[in-house]
Amino acid sequence: MKYMLLIYGNERLWSSFSQDDFQTVVAETDAHNTALARSGELVGAYGVGDQVLAKQVHIDNGVPLVTDGPYIETKEYLASFTIVDVESLDRALEIAAANPFARVGQVEVRPLMHEAAVDV
Amino acid sequence: MSERIEVRLRELAPRVLGALVRRYGHFDACEDAVQEALLAATTQWPQSGRPDNERGWLITVASRRLTDQLRSESARRRREDVDAAMDVPFTSRAPDPADDARWGDRDDTLTLLFLCCHPILSAPSQLALTLRAVGGLTTAEIAAAFLVPETTVGQRISRAKQSIRAASAPFALPPEDEREERLRVVLHVLYLIFNEGYATSSGPHVQRADLTAEAIRLARQLHRLVPGHGEVAGLLALMLLTDAHRPARTGPDGALVPLAEQNRALWDAGLTAEGVALITKSLAETPVGPYQLQAAIAAVHNEAASAEETDWPQILALYDLLERITANPMVALNRAVAVAEVHGPAAALDVIARLEGDERISTHHRLDAARGHFLEMAGDRPAARDAFRRAARRTTSIPEQGYLEGRAARLRPG
Repeated sequence: MKYMLLIYGNERLWSSFSQDDFQTVVAETDAHNTALARSGELVGAYGVGDQVLAKQVHIDNGVPLVTDGPYIETKEYLASFTIVDVESLDRALEIAAANPFARVGQVEVRPLMHEAAVDV
Repeated sequence: MSERIEVRLRELAPRVLGALVRRYGHFDACEDAVQEALLAATTQWPQSGRPDNERGWLITVASRRLTDQLRSESARRRREDVDAAMDVPFTSRAPDPADDARWGDRDDTLTLLFLCCHPILSAPSQLALTLRAVGGLTTAEIAAAFLVPETTVGQRISRAKQSIRAASAPFALPPEDEREERLRVVLHVLYLIFNEGYATSSGPHVQRADLTAEAIRLARQLHRLVPGHGEVAGLLALMLLTDAHRPARTGPDGALVPLAEQNRALWDAGLTAEGVALITKSLAETPVGPYQLQAAIAAVHNEAASAEETDWPQILALYDLLERITANPMVALNRAVAVAEVHGPAAALDVIARLEGDERISTHHRLDAARGHFLEMAGDRPAARDAFRRAARRTTSIPEQGYLEGRAARLRPG
């Protein structure tokens, strides 16, 4: 069963990190993801580019319209997401708790929809 | 021609593995060696022709790989230590593939099943190891069947074999006083394999090994090996009777068709006849367990020419019995459907209300779906619609979500 683990960031949180804190979290996250890859549970781990890099695409009267910036200006924005393939929700929650970011913020866990006829 | 080789190799796999483990022990290393021998057969037999003694060929190749592996693992050890680890000294001549008397041809399938379903293993590990060692499926086939990465399955199988080694589980049938309980675990594993196949068979993935067919094949073998056992027969009957619905389960657009709406002319009459005969015989002979009761319920459904002709009072009586011997809230939920048919929706809604206090099921989408169904029967369309929409939000199955949203949409006002 696949789950997505989402980490949201905000300016206040990011600026409260020192450079050392940040490097530590990066190193710990790498180790965490390496362990997941070894156990076969990691499908992918992705950092999402900053809001300043975001573009919006919409078709307006048949013409593509591209604007800069996020869809909604919010204080919270998607910073990274990880997809895991695990035996149960409990295991997904365990992995979320082991994520270094869980110590300083929230890690959101959502199941991914699938094609099986019943919940598996 | 190549498909027949594949089928033959799957049949032979557990027999080859059994022969090797019986001779050498080292279940985990033997299992690896057998996998390599099967792979060698897949590549060589189509080119050089099939050997006269296929099983002997596989045993020879596998035992060579095994001894190579054990030797390289103990490279630092002295040669005598390696020989001592094996029953037969390697200095004797290589085993004669035609020498069936020495290797024996006992059917070790039952022993293998018990080993692969060892209680110390997690359910996914039991499933993967059973499909590999007894079913003869490759790691890739198992991964594709369960829609998980191949590395995940590989890891599960490795860890499972390590656990079995660490537990020093012997290659023998469990002791008499444990056998019934261990058999229950085997049945549960086969049931899970069948369910996995049945649940995913409606999806767009056509390149996968057919897990329902595999589960039925293994259940047939078990029934042959343990004849006269009620629950074994019951599980096989349940699988056959359920699989009979397969041709009618999906609509032309790929949507799910529930039992009451299925075109029964499409049901497989042969599977139904076999399943009904099996459960009838089993119920007459032995004390009754949960798989037998579920099979009996399925038989009543399958014998009804149309949904309207279903003998619901008999189904309710069977669910009453089933509920007494299992504590499963899903059983209570299924029984509620029968209650609605026999006593009306209000009585069924009372059952639902009682289940809301059961944590195991209170947030499950099927509870809301059932509530919606009974509310619709009772004529309360707005409440039914709300319940179906809540159920649709709670499921992670896309086909199921589509079905539930459809039920809600049919109840839109106006």
